[in-house]
Amino acid sequence: MVGRREPAPGLFRRLDGWARASLPTVAAALMMIMAAAPVGLPSAVPAIALVSVFFWSVFRPAAMPPPAVFTIGLLQDMLTFAPLGVSVFILLLVHGLAMRWRRQLARQSFLVVWLAFCGFATVAALLGYLLTALLGWTLPPPISGLHLLGLSAGFYPALSFLLTRAHAAIRLAEERP
Amino acid sequence: MIRLSIPLRQALARLSLPVLIAVAFGTMLLGKADTVLVERARMALSDALAPIYSAMSEPIGAVRGVVREGRDLLAMRSENAALREENERLRRWQAAALALEGEVALLRRQLSFTPEGSTSFRTARVVADGGGTYARAVLLATGPDLQVRKGQVALDERGLAGRITEVGSRSARVLLVTDINSRMPVTLENSRARAIMAGTNTARPRLQHWPEGVLPAEGERIVTSSDQNLLPAGLPVGEVRWSASGAPEIELYARLDRMDLLRIFDVGLAGILPPEAVARPEPRRGR
Repeated sequence: MVGRREPAPGLFRRLDGWARASLPTVAAALMMIMAAAPVGLPSAVPAIALVSVFFWSVFRPAAMPPPAVFTIGLLQDMLTFAPLGVSVFILLLVHGLAMRWRRQLARQSFLVVWLAFCGFATVAALLGYLLTALLGWTLPPPISGLHLLGLSAGFYPALSFLLTRAHAAIRLAEERP
Repeated sequence: MIRLSIPLRQALARLSLPVLIAVAFGTMLLGKADTVLVERARMALSDALAPIYSAMSEPIGAVRGVVREGRDLLAMRSENAALREENERLRRWQAAALALEGEVALLRRQLSFTPEGSTSFRTARVVADGGGTYARAVLLATGPDLQVRKGQVALDERGLAGRITEVGSRSARVLLVTDINSRMPVTLENSRARAIMAGTNTARPRLQHWPEGVLPAEGERIVTSSDQNLLPAGLPVGEVRWSASGAPEIELYARLDRMDLLRIFDVGLAGILPPEAVARPEPRRGR
């Protein structure tokens, strides 16, 4: 059946599309800024960045392109006064690996994905420790790396619950004509 | 939007990850090579975010207050007993202090001693956790009416908390004494021996380089030292605790896990700066 051509997208439709596309990145950045407020706990900023990048890379890679990952990493380094570039590199690596394995990961149950994420977090913490030691030329205490690992693993269920809701909402909005 | 052919767009998408990883390495090198640029960028971001943090600190403070209140209610009974005992002890100290004050006044009159000018301080609000996984620092909201300089020391209501290392126009970063890069000259109060307090990123900094023949005693009070005119002398820091492994550590008076206000001491001294900032000491602003 031959139909009419779809009309050119108007301003509001385009704005809507942009908002949908940028929601994951903007939400991650906002959460990171909020988490930098002082609560007397080890900083949750790296954990939030890691969870967000991993989640969106696995379940909706179009929403988390490499430039967005780069921006989030840069924001994390700026917020946490870490050596510049370390989290950028780690997050890009996590993004790349998660993209490569997403076909296997996205089909698994929540528990398996969580375990896989814990593996990612371990690698990220190790790499972060090594790079920080290398760039600062001092050996930071390993307990901080363990904090990061524990926070990331602990944050994943709660954050992924929220992000799954957001993901479902975006999908719903897209399927609606 | 620029229209690109689909294969070209796919190639670009595949290329962007390796290219950005290379850029990340470049950023690491840049961060090592040009610390001033990176510092300026960071303080610009902190300045931009400082108003947000200031606004957020109210509700966060309220939540923390509720939690603390609940905990305090649970601990009230034992706390009351401890307070009564402490009150008794303080009364005895008060008597001793009054006697000593009289004696000091008497001796001063005899020596015609001119007391040191008391140091002035300003108070700033802690708005954000300026540390990360491997650093211990906080961010202060400062304003046009609250000028701070690098090297000034910051105390909470109980004791020494840290030193200002980076200054923006609306915010300043305080490196806490527990940070692994922090070194502070201190004095053991009883023996008057000088030593260095070195941060270890744990709750208790370590005591180092005390002179031979002096052993820091368990529970001995530690105060700041005015060696080299870097800090005002006699600010309370903490008490000596020997760790299980036999190293002297300092139990800080300052409660670094629940800071909301910090006193910034204006002593007009150059201050100790981290190595990368030594190149440009800042003069005291004229007032």
